[in-house]
Amino acid sequence: MIRLENISWKTPAFALENISFAVPDRSYAVLMGRTGSGKTSLIEIICGLRTPASGSIWLGDRDVTREPPELRGIGYVPQDGALFPTMTVQQQIGFGLRIRRQAPALIQQTVTDLAHEMGITHLLDRKPAGLSGGEKQRVALARALSVRPKVLLMDEPLSSLDEETQTSLMQLLKRTQLDHPVTVLHVTHSEREAEALADVRLRISEGHVITL
Amino acid sequence: MLALVLICAAYLLFWAAMLGATASYTTPAEIWQVLISREIRYATALSLITCTVAALASVVVAVPIGYLISRARFPGRSLVDAALDIPIVLPPMVVGLCLLIFFQTAFGSAIEKVIPLTYTVAGVILAQFVIAAAFAIRTMRSVFDHLPARPEDVARTLGCTHFQAVWHVTLPAARRGMFAAGSVAWARSLGEFGPVLVFAGATRMKTEVLPTSVWLAWTVGELEQGVAVSLLMILLSTAVLVGIRLSGERV
Repeated sequence: MIRLENISWKTPAFALENISFAVPDRSYAVLMGRTGSGKTSLIEIICGLRTPASGSIWLGDRDVTREPPELRGIGYVPQDGALFPTMTVQQQIGFGLRIRRQAPALIQQTVTDLAHEMGITHLLDRKPAGLSGGEKQRVALARALSVRPKVLLMDEPLSSLDEETQTSLMQLLKRTQLDHPVTVLHVTHSEREAEALADVRLRISEGHVITL
Repeated sequence: MLALVLICAAYLLFWAAMLGATASYTTPAEIWQVLISREIRYATALSLITCTVAALASVVVAVPIGYLISRARFPGRSLVDAALDIPIVLPPMVVGLCLLIFFQTAFGSAIEKVIPLTYTVAGVILAQFVIAAAFAIRTMRSVFDHLPARPEDVARTLGCTHFQAVWHVTLPAARRGMFAAGSVAWARSLGEFGPVLVFAGATRMKTEVLPTSVWLAWTVGELEQGVAVSLLMILLSTAVLVGIRLSGERV
């Protein structure tokens, strides 16, 4: 469950005001809105990368408003994947578990399982520079899922991909949500993605979010 | 376009002519004789050691400051940013004078009691460092400006503290930039003359570094010695430039 209660956030040029919405446990929510409508800022607020001026954020039954990103138990897939430039695919996927000092055998098993699930086993020794857009997003998704997040936040994960790659990744995203115990918030401006993926549809406009 | 090419060619030719004239001023045998002399070997070793220490210290300081100025947004940031460039625009001799005067104050004298700096080898390093660090900071700021912050954000959601995210994700990506910053600082330290002369002096076999050797040779009319040391410095600077071109620019 993701629940936002009266979240407000302001910059001199832009404001989100009294944003409230809820995404039920293990459902797939798609948040739509025009470019510049505040979708990315909202995702960053839920991640803990920006601090709201007021309001509260609940993930499951926990109020995480004052918690730093590392304690929120979220997976985050930004628009371009934001892969770590110096790490191989294998190192990227195992990174979160290494930071949490998990056993090497567990890390290896998780990397193997996620690489198989995402269809990137053949890329494990490659670095991001040589990967296609679709491959990068598969790696970013595997990396986000490696720490078993309760909530998966994705910021326009398909927007820079061609239509064929988008279609195959949409199937992968839907399957991922069914196979993992995770609540998804997927930000996009694409009706097609919303049609294919959404259990819950939200729209952000002029600083407010409405549930469709 | 042809005019631009001609301007560029003329400029490079002028430099090539100057370096060629310097190189042909004396014979290789004479150059060798100068370079193996006890005083010049000492000055060379001292230059290499002090430049390396000053460059390493510059990078240690430049990485956090460059990161702060590049990533953080705080009131007065542009003022701090401008202040960091002051050592670049100040006349080097003035920097030396400022150092000398600072270490005459009560606070400076207290530091001198722990680490003697005025007219010592440590003073040579400090005089090189205060200017070289400003160049290293400018390089690192530019390096961090070109590295996206988003991977750090992702690392934080994966369980890293802010420091861990910078350490594990951003710094490895900035390693070529750190090498470039160190090389720039090293090259700058190698040529530093004014502050070293004023603050650390020009005592043979004590605080004499290569630029001081050139100056000492010049003042007593031993031009061949000055040329030989100058050629050694040109060689070292060119090697650093090649190093930067091969690695630093690919940041």
